[in-house]
Amino acid sequence: MKLITAIIKPFKSDDVREALSGIGVSGMTLTEVKGFGRQKGHTELYRGAEYVIDFLPKVRLEIAVPDSLVDQVVEAICSTANTGQIGDGKIFITNLEQAIRIRTGETGDEAL
Amino acid sequence: MTMTMKCITPKFLFAVVVLLLPTLASAQEGDLNGANTAWIMTSTALVLFMTLPGLSLFYAGLVKTKNVLSVLMQCFSIAVVISLLWLIVGYSIAFGPSESAYWGGLDKMFFSGIVVDSMAGDIPETVFSAFQMTFAIITPALVVGAFVERIKFSAMLLFSVLWTLLVYFPVANWVWGGGWLGQMGLIDFAGGTVVHVTAGVAALVTALVLGQREGFLTKPMMPHNLTMSFTGAAMLWVGWFGFNAGSALAADGAAGMALLVTHMSAATGALTWMLIEWLKHGKPSGLGAITGMVAGLATITPASGSVGPAGALLVGLSGGVICYFATNYLKQVVRIDDSLDVFPVHGVGGIVGTFLAGILVSDRLGILSGNGYAEGMSMGSQVMVQLTGIVAVAVYTAIVTFGLLKLVAVVTSGIRVTTDQEQVGLDITDHDETGYSM
Repeated sequence: MKLITAIIKPFKSDDVREALSGIGVSGMTLTEVKGFGRQKGHTELYRGAEYVIDFLPKVRLEIAVPDSLVDQVVEAICSTANTGQIGDGKIFITNLEQAIRIRTGETGDEAL
Repeated sequence: MTMTMKCITPKFLFAVVVLLLPTLASAQEGDLNGANTAWIMTSTALVLFMTLPGLSLFYAGLVKTKNVLSVLMQCFSIAVVISLLWLIVGYSIAFGPSESAYWGGLDKMFFSGIVVDSMAGDIPETVFSAFQMTFAIITPALVVGAFVERIKFSAMLLFSVLWTLLVYFPVANWVWGGGWLGQMGLIDFAGGTVVHVTAGVAALVTALVLGQREGFLTKPMMPHNLTMSFTGAAMLWVGWFGFNAGSALAADGAAGMALLVTHMSAATGALTWMLIEWLKHGKPSGLGAITGMVAGLATITPASGSVGPAGALLVGLSGGVICYFATNYLKQVVRIDDSLDVFPVHGVGGIVGTFLAGILVSDRLGILSGNGYAEGMSMGSQVMVQLTGIVAVAVYTAIVTFGLLKLVAVVTSGIRVTTDQEQVGLDITDHDETGYSM
């Protein structure tokens, strides 16, 4: 099992969710986050006072999947969240030791 | 000519009539004008609506999330205590029957002698008094913008009470209650000096005495909710119809003209501010649009009984341009933390409007003509009176405000919260509450 963490542009979250449902992903967690990378921040102006905003709003998706689905999920996220502009985000993949469904106690792939 | 004069200073003339004929005035209950009474009751509601919730929301949206409730609470509490102060002594000081040119005396404390049938002109005295009370409420509430996010609640409340008692009530008497500025012929239809110069100058002095907020100009201090500010600002625009057109104290042509010029100045001020930002920074901002609107409204306030519709265009334009540059100058160059720009928008707007009223009231300016000068007044003499009014009110306000801040600091052991409390935010520090639970 792998845990796929994707940081994407907020307005792309619906497209990504649709694409993932299409390939059989049965659940994910979405969090609104802020951060910065190569895109850096931007400036905002309030009554003449200029502020540099370092942290930009992004959406973080956490998706636990069986090993067999990893490549398809990465492919789906890359194709739908891609705008070609700087700031499209990143995908991190980590090993997942165990998953447990709280209601039934099922474990492993069964719980996903 | 009488009509013209009535258009210029109805509050003053009315006050003189009441002062000269108190017994006659209270005996004329048969002369009640229903239309006028209905309009001034409506205006009373509109002007209260400007503070609760208009100004409160406008200000609350401009501060940080952790201070939103404290600002709402400051405005609300001011409305509460000033209402009671108005009942106890405020109405008497501002509009009492004393022959002094500086205050109205104490004869009308606790609304002494005011009954159902008491009349003020052709409207009930209760209605006149309640209408004026809403002006007394919004003026100290305007000052809140200067000290948000760092003042102790106790100090704020005590200062607001004493300030209204010693600055607002007397100045209202000088201009509208038959006092010396009104007798000189100062044109201040709805409060350019009484409301905006007093509030603006008090804000400037308060900001200087209190000092900058932690992180001023070094850390980002963005408005936490501009949607809230937009909502409040829009309410201010609507409520201002009661503020200015209600100041005619009648449902007549003067009220109609005041309403029209008020609206046009607001629109012009908003557009002006937007265009300047567009030219200077590439984009017009929402905050800029509503700030320009307030500037246009503050500027037309003293002139709203004197200028014509085309004159209002010039008033709004002047307010927008001058207040824009004043705001930038004060914050970025002089670095005074008048946090929500009360002085550059209201104070400067009030000064510009009071000055322009002395010029644009002239009926010899072609399309820009106003209602014409009072008998015996010329442009030169009127402008001198206007300048006298501005300087006198500004200097008096500055001195008394400074003294009061020092006094309050002694009583409440300092007027400012500690650095730690400021970082935690006033919602928790002063009220043990938070504005949002998310």
